[in-house]
Order: sequence, then structure tokens, then C-alpha cells
Amino acid sequence: MNWTQLFSSSIGKKIVMALTGIFLVVFLVVHCYVNANVFFEHPEMNFNKAAHFMGTNFLVRLTEIGLFAGFLLHIFQGYKLELQNRSTRTSRYAVTAGNKTSKWYSRSMAILGTLILLFLIIHLAHFWVPSRITGLEEVTYDGQVYHNLYLEMQNVFAQPLSVAIYLLGCFSLSWHLLHGIQSASQTMGWTSKNYFPMIKKTGTIFSILIPFIFALMPLHFYFSWPTIKGAFTLLF
Amino acid sequence: MLDSKIPGGTLDSKWTKYKGNVKLVNPANKRKLEVIIVGTGLAGSSAAASLGEMGYKVKAFCFQDSPRRAHSIAAQGGINAAKNYQNDGDSVYRLFYDTIKGGDYRAREANVHRLAEVSTNIIDQCVAQGVPFAREYGGLLSNRSFGGTQVQRTFYAAGQTGQQLLIGAYQALERQVALGTVTMYSRHEMVELVIIDGKARGIIARNLVTGELERHFGHAVLLCTGGYGNVFYLSTNAMGSNVTAAWKAHKQGAYFANPCFTQIHPTCIPVSGDHQSKLTLMSESLRNDGRIWVPAKQGDNRPANEIPEEERDYYLERRYPAFGNLVPRDVASRAAKERCDAGYGVGSSKQAVYLDYAAAIQRYGKAEVSKRNLGNVAPDVITALGKEVVKEKYGNLFDMYAKITGENPYEVPMRIYPAVHYTMGGLWVDYELKTTIDGLYALGEANFSEHGANRLGASALMQGLADGYFVIPYTLGNYLADDIRTQSISTDHEAFVAAEKKASDRINTLMSIKGNQTVESFHKRLGKIIWDKCGMARNAEGLKQAIKEVQALKAEFWSDVRIPGEINGMNPELDKAGRVADFIELGELMCLDALERNESCGGHFREEFQTPDGEALRDDENYMYVAAWENKGNSWELHKEILNYEIVKPSQRSYK
Amino acid sequence: MQHYSMNLKLKVWRQKNSHDQGHFENYDVKDISSEMSFLEMIDVLNERLIKEGHDSIAFDHDCREGICGMCSMVINGQPHGPWKGTTTCQLHMRAFKDGDVITIEPFRANAYPVIKDLMVSRSAFDRIIQAGGYVSVNTGNAVDGNAIPIEKDKADDAFAAAACIGCGACVAACKNASAMLFVSAKVSHLALLPQGEPERKQRVVSMIAQMDKEGFGSCTNTYACEAECPKEISVMNIARLNREYLQSSLSGS
Repeated sequence: MNWTQLFSSSIGKKIVMALTGIFLVVFLVVHCYVNANVFFEHPEMNFNKAAHFMGTNFLVRLTEIGLFAGFLLHIFQGYKLELQNRSTRTSRYAVTAGNKTSKWYSRSMAILGTLILLFLIIHLAHFWVPSRITGLEEVTYDGQVYHNLYLEMQNVFAQPLSVAIYLLGCFSLSWHLLHGIQSASQTMGWTSKNYFPMIKKTGTIFSILIPFIFALMPLHFYFSWPTIKGAFTLLF
Repeated sequence: MLDSKIPGGTLDSKWTKYKGNVKLVNPANKRKLEVIIVGTGLAGSSAAASLGEMGYKVKAFCFQDSPRRAHSIAAQGGINAAKNYQNDGDSVYRLFYDTIKGGDYRAREANVHRLAEVSTNIIDQCVAQGVPFAREYGGLLSNRSFGGTQVQRTFYAAGQTGQQLLIGAYQALERQVALGTVTMYSRHEMVELVIIDGKARGIIARNLVTGELERHFGHAVLLCTGGYGNVFYLSTNAMGSNVTAAWKAHKQGAYFANPCFTQIHPTCIPVSGDHQSKLTLMSESLRNDGRIWVPAKQGDNRPANEIPEEERDYYLERRYPAFGNLVPRDVASRAAKERCDAGYGVGSSKQAVYLDYAAAIQRYGKAEVSKRNLGNVAPDVITALGKEVVKEKYGNLFDMYAKITGENPYEVPMRIYPAVHYTMGGLWVDYELKTTIDGLYALGEANFSEHGANRLGASALMQGLADGYFVIPYTLGNYLADDIRTQSISTDHEAFVAAEKKASDRINTLMSIKGNQTVESFHKRLGKIIWDKCGMARNAEGLKQAIKEVQALKAEFWSDVRIPGEINGMNPELDKAGRVADFIELGELMCLDALERNESCGGHFREEFQTPDGEALRDDENYMYVAAWENKGNSWELHKEILNYEIVKPSQRSYK
Repeated sequence: MQHYSMNLKLKVWRQKNSHDQGHFENYDVKDISSEMSFLEMIDVLNERLIKEGHDSIAFDHDCREGICGMCSMVINGQPHGPWKGTTTCQLHMRAFKDGDVITIEPFRANAYPVIKDLMVSRSAFDRIIQAGGYVSVNTGNAVDGNAIPIEKDKADDAFAAAACIGCGACVAACKNASAMLFVSAKVSHLALLPQGEPERKQRVVSMIAQMDKEGFGSCTNTYACEAECPKEISVMNIARLNREYLQSSLSGS
């Protein structure tokens, strides 16, 4: 058996979904960590510096290519699987068990994924496109010039519609992760009688916590909440 | 004259000697020889797999949608083998002896000894296939005890031993299908046997999906079609279990032996009403720990839990102190019937006795307390711990009981009543498992051989697999060695044409009756006649009457049955009609056989022949033979195979 | 237990054969006892249909004690009906009450073509077993049963997986019509035992290839299969199957 066979089999395709999914989860942690600067003292400077590091560091940029590839693979493979799986039952049931035997979000990964994809497009248009292509206002700290992404955040999140879209995005992400994390563990074969409850619990906490922190950001700007005293350790 | 072809020599050397001298077929010739196997239960699957491995071209048939669904799958308790892993005095001889005695001295010594000899190979073979038998913490195989024996020799896989063994054999069979040595025909039913020049040369099978009749040639035909318990309508057999293949063979010359030897299993869930379509067995293993009782007072209507200890009659322990609740099946069943007939029965129908786990729960609970060093604990803690142990051991059976009855067996005693479970009778076969038709073999429950007048628990699985894995591979070769020059016969041969016409005529006749009564209603009526008059207790008067009733039922069936649907296509009612028609004919023969046997032995209890304390009274002088019936159109002729006991001295069976 | 009698409205899928379109037919059944099994209720209806000159409803069933795996049917959207860990044949009418409407459909999946009415062909499962669901040991080749001790926990886990009855409810329940629970039960059963070890890698790869070929969907871990499985086979077997598959693929068998 070779690699093509592995990845073209039903389990192989799921492994691709799991691996890219896990990669994207790791990205979420980093993204959340960087953005959390906005909640603490000197938000503008710390956040812009961190964003600058993420935007200029060679290794990070290299990973970004991987990230885009991961996104595309996850999205295309996801849709392909969904279509394939839908084609296995052309004669549909008149009555279905619904939530009696499985969770709605576990059956709705494609829809949740689509919502996240729509959100992602808007999100990229808000921040990634100006930062990388069309340009942003600049700001200088200690004699060095930085993009003022912080200002962009303030602008975007001043609009109630944007805030609503971001909240919906976080909401979809939370449900997507709630199934996705334990599902990926199962597909990778990491689950077993003893570990499954723990994996599920960890996955649940993660799925709620990360999107929750993300969701606080637009609210933070919209309602102009005060920053938290104390330093937020930066690696950058 | 019936020749059972028992090899010479001492009992324990017969099989070895036979194997040493048997004719062999070389591998190149095996590839040219075709074998038809009908039925894919333990006997059929294991035979198909083994013969396929040897190189024969095998065609296997089953009426179910997959060979894995044959009714062997429903056997719960276990499989016996003389391994003596428990160091409790077991041996090949003791297993042989127990089986002969359990069969009330109506089985052939040589066959039974062979069965006991190969029993140990079966366990090894099954373990190698990956059958997940129960194991001890040390990693070795676990054993349990079973009715009719005083050693622990039963291997088991929870309450699903039959399932696990069948799946082992099924997997071996599917492996051969993948290798191309076996061709599997699912949803096919044998409807006629083809005989050419006095030898079985093929079958006509009906494709149950399309309704087409198909002709299949084979150098030999093996019937592994199970028992005929469904003649009673209500039995623990599967709905589809039938006698049709064996009956077709019988009508073409295969003798039918001991048809009246049917086993009534003591621990089944009682009938709940007229709607009942089948009965469910509760494994005999439940008798290991459960105590069977009825109220000591007639017509006591109090709930079980309100009847104090001293007002209960633990009748098995009272009557049979040595074996207690573990007496053989026929004895336990009759004792239950005796109590119910005498007016001590329980439940709404009064046709039930209690199987009580309260004592076992207490015993296990106390053992757990001391095992865990809990010291003095409240009684309800003991009960809870005891229930845990019982759940672990019998949980699936208790759940099943709860589902069917809606009662919680952990709280109230289960109600049980005997039900038809197994048929010791079947096609007469010689030592080589060959019927009286050359080239036609019968394996497993379909033949009559090993269990005499009563089968011991956990022996059916043993016999099915023994026949399929370890007997037929040798004995079939002995026959086919002389057949290597026979080319495959074209299915255009006139015998095939005639057989197909016969089958199709019968189907057309059935469909054209267009009467007013359903097949099911006839089956129910047949069952009632046989159960009432040829069931747990029989008498000459009743049997004579039953024969008349069955004959009348037959005439009515063939003039008033109504079968919906079409011939070409799936038609379960038509399938059922063919089977019931054969059951009706068999029912008559059963009564005839029971009437002819003027003695009581094993599962055959003639009320006229009993000891003063109600035990079966055998007549070895006049009836120590196998009754093999030859079909003569509308009547039967009896042939006797006299049983010679060289080793075992028949005595009155006593479990006291 | 209080017994009662009920009247029901049944919506039953009728389909003449695999080429027919199929449709629902409505039937009223009366005086059904709560003590009946679900299939006995259909028996009663069939008896009536035959007497009225109609064709009876075809459905698969055999042992009627929950072990052969022959019975199927989706009852009100649930394979084998509303009771947990129960086959259709062991479902009793106590599960319903007077006036209930019950929709009865066949197991639906493209890999399970309908034969007639509620009867489907599950021969795909046999072909998956043929692909490797066995230990290659010829009759007579075995060593003593106690020659290889097996850890009790492992033997118990193997048994729990081997308890699968191959009824196909997992496929019927799965939104993707995936057969992963069935395949995982067989792979687990044999992978857990030393007897299955020599063919372990090849087995899982071949069985999955056959499963894909039969047109079953892939597993998206909704676990509806486990919830509907009459033998309550655990989805942890699917994790084991995934593990076995990945390991076998990576080690290049």
C-alpha cells in the first residue's frame, strides 16, 4: 500500500481532515494569544508589535503558506467528503432520529464550516488584505515603523454589523470545534476507553474558551472596555 | 438390513483405525469433485470450510441472507470438550459415558465415542480461529458446569457461545469463498434432491429473491439443515428453520430415524398469548445458580416474594438430591410439567414455575463482602453486591427476560416453562454420516446419531462442529475416492429436468389452491396437535387420535390454503407454505414413531410406561434399537438398527 | 407489569422489488396487546392482509431472539426502533401507546438495495469479511487451546467486539451510510487476539478497501451507530480501526 492509496481511502481522507483541522486549531491558539494583547496595558503598541513580528518573521511567513494550504485542503476535502457521503443514500428516510442518537452539530459540520468560511472571507478582507496588499496607516514606536492594525480593529469593530458577524463567526467556530476536536482525535486513533472522556472534556473546554476570547475582542472595542492592569508576557 | 458400518476393534481404537485405512482422494482429483452443502450452520459452515480447504469444489446453500445467520447462532450456553483443564476427573471416556447415559441408552456407542475423541480438537480449532472464549485472569480458558454432568467441561463465550462458534466457522467459510473453492448461494432453498443411478447427484434450489428454480450438480450432497422443532409451531427454533431438505431426501429413499425423540428445554420464557410466534430460551446455565420452585399449596396466587420460604417447594432439589437443579433437560422439563398439571403452576397462565436468583444473589453478595474485607455491612449492601456478580455472569440473559416480559428478574423470580428446543431424531446415517441414499450425507442436528433419546446441554455445538470439521473430511473422501472418474453430469440430464418439474408442479399446485386459510393458521393448528399429543408426555390413545387429526389437516391444507403474491419474485408466504406442507407429513411420522415405541426413554415419555415414582421406564428388551422409517408414498415401513452396548451397561438413569 | 391493548396507525414502506419506486401505505391495526413483540404485531397485520386478498408485507427475520441479525427495519426513524440495545425482533409493543403513528421503513443505503418492502440485501458485509475478516487457519492446524494464554481484559474486549451480529443498523443509522462500526468490530476482534496477529496489517487494509468499494460512506464520528447498535458495540473500536489502518499504511505492508 502506498501513500496515494492511503489518502484516497475513506479513512485516509478523514485523516487529511483531522490533520489539517489540528493544524488549524494550533493556529487558533497562536492567533488568540497574539490578539489577547488588546485586553492588557499598552494594547496598541504591544499588539502592533506582535502583529509586526507575525507579519515579518521568515519562519512565521513560511508557516503562513502552510496555513493557507491547510485551510484550502480542509475546505475542499471537507466539501468533497460531504458530497460523497450524501451520495451514499439516494432514497432518504421519511422520519429520522434527529437528536435522539447524535448531536446536531456533529451532523452539521459542513454547514458550520461554510459559516466559518464566509466569516473567514470577511475577516481576511478586513485585516489581511489591507495589511498585506492595500496598505494601512502607520505608527512609529522607538523609531521603528509599524502597521497600525490596532486602529483598523477599532474602526472595524465600531460598526455593529461587523460585531454581529464576528460574534456569529465565533459561535460557529465553537460548535465546529466542539465536534471537530474529539472527532479528529478519534480519526487519528488517539481515543480509547480510558482517554475518550478526558479528550472530550478538554475538547469541550477548548471549543468554548478560544472562541469566547475571540468573541470578547469585538465587544471590547465596541463597548470600549478598559484594559486590564498588568503585563502580558510577550514572546516577540 | 441397515448396516451402520461401524469399524471393528476396541471402542477407543475404531476411529483411529478408520482414519488409518480410509480411502483418500489426491489433491488434483479433489479439484474435479463437486460437493453440495445445504445449510450453513455449525455443521454446514465447518464442512464447507474444511472441504474447501482440502480442495473440493464446494457449493453451499442457505435460505438466510447470509451464512452467518443460521440458527446455530442462537445457542447460548456452551460447548463440551473432554479437555480436563479443571483437573476434575474428566476424560474422553467420561464425556462418552455421560452422553450415552444422558441419551438414555439409545445412541450408537461408536459414534458417541468418536464425538468425545474429537471434542478436544474442536476447542483448539476454534481458539485458533479467534473465537473469544471466556478466560480466567491467568489467560487460560474458563469452564462452567452444565446439566447432566458432574465435571466442568463446558467452554463458553458469555451467553453467546453459538454465535461466536458460528462466526468462527462462517469466517473460515468466507475465506474459502474469497479463495474461490466455495461458491455461496444465500437466499436459496433446496426444494428437491436429484438422484441419478441410485446416487445423490444434485439438488434443485429455489432462488428466494427471484423465485427461479436452479439446478445444481454435485458428486455428493451434504444436508446440514438442522432440526425440525418447528413442527410444534412454537419452539425455540428460528422462524425459518425447517425440515424441507431432509424431508425431500426422506421421500426419495433416505430413512428417517427416531422422529419422536424431541427435546423439550426446561428453561424457556412462558407463552404470553395467542399472538406468540416463537419461544425464547433462557440458557440452561441459569440452572447453575438459580433455584427452581413452585408454591407448596395448589393455586397459590400470592406474588412470589410474598410466599415464605417454608411454603415453597423446591421440587427438583427434593426429588433429585444428587443433581438437584442440574438434572438433565428431559427430567427437569417433565418435573415442571408434572407440577403445573397438578395445579401448582404460577403466573397468569399457570403454565410456569419460578427460577429464583434470590439465594444466589445473597450467596454471591456475602462472598463479595468477604473478598473485599468489608466486615459487617447492611443487608442491602450484600444484595447490591450480589446483584452485581449475577449481572456480570448472566446480565445479557436477565436483560433479555426483562425485555420480553417487562419484569425485573433481579427483583422477582423469573417464570419459566419447558419449550421445544432440539430434535434428536433426523435422517438415519451410518458411521460415515451417510444416509441410506448413496452420496447423500447428513450432518449435525439433521442426522439422528449422537444424542440418543435426549441430548445433554452444550453437546449440539460439539456435534455440529465435530461432523463438519473432523468427521466428514475423512468419510466423504472414502466415498468420493471411487467417484474420481465420474465427470460432472450436465444439469440437462433427464433426472434434473424431472426433479425441477416436480418442484415446479408442487409450487404451482400450492399457488393455485387459492383457499381461505393462511399458512400460519395451519402451522399453528399442526403445532397444537403435536404439542398436546406428541409433546412432553404421550399416550397411545392420544397418538392415534393425533395421526387422524394430522391426516385431516393435510387434506384441508391442500384444499384450502391461501398464498398471496407471485411465484416469480420474493414470496415469504410461498416459502413458508412449502415448509409447513412438509412439517404436516413429518408430524404424522412423529406420532407413528411415538406410538410404535412402547417404552419411555429420554425425551420420549409414554404415560403408560413409567416407574411408580413417575420416572421414565425403558424397555431395553424390546426397544433397544433405532427406529428408521422408510417412506412408502402414503405409509412408512419400519427398519430397526439394533444397538449393541459393548462397553456401557444400560441401567435405569438415576440422578437421585 | 400492567398489560394493555392499543390501536395504531402504521405507515409502511411497500416496494415490489429493487426496480420499483416504492411508496408508503397506511394501515390501521386494532387490539394490539402490549405483550406482543413488534414483529408479532406485523404478523397479525399480515394475516389480515392475506385474508383480505392483499400481498403480505415482506420483512427479514429469523431467530426472533436478537442474535441472528436478520431483522432490520427503521421504526420512527430509528433502526430496530426506540429501545436501546434491542433488535426489532425483541422490541415489544409496550414501547408504544394507544393511538401512536408508527412509520416503518427499510434500512436505506445505496449499498443495501431493497429486495422487497422492508427486506434489503446486506451481502456487502459478507464481501467485506471475505476481504480479510478471518484468521487463515486450516482445519486441523491448531495448537492446544491453552497453549497461548490471552490477557482476560483483551479477551473480553475481543469478545465485546465480536458480539456484533452484522445486522447493519450502524449503516442504516449513519447519516453517511458508513459501515465503519461493523468493520471496526471485526478488525478489533481479530487485532486484539494473538491468533489474529500475523494477518493484522493486511486484514485492515483489505477490509477497508472492500468497504470503500461497496459504496459505504466515510465516518464523521457522529456516533449514531453506537447509539443504535442492538449489541451496543463501542465506537472505540472505530478509533482502534483508524489506528490499525494508519499504522499498517505507514509501515508499508
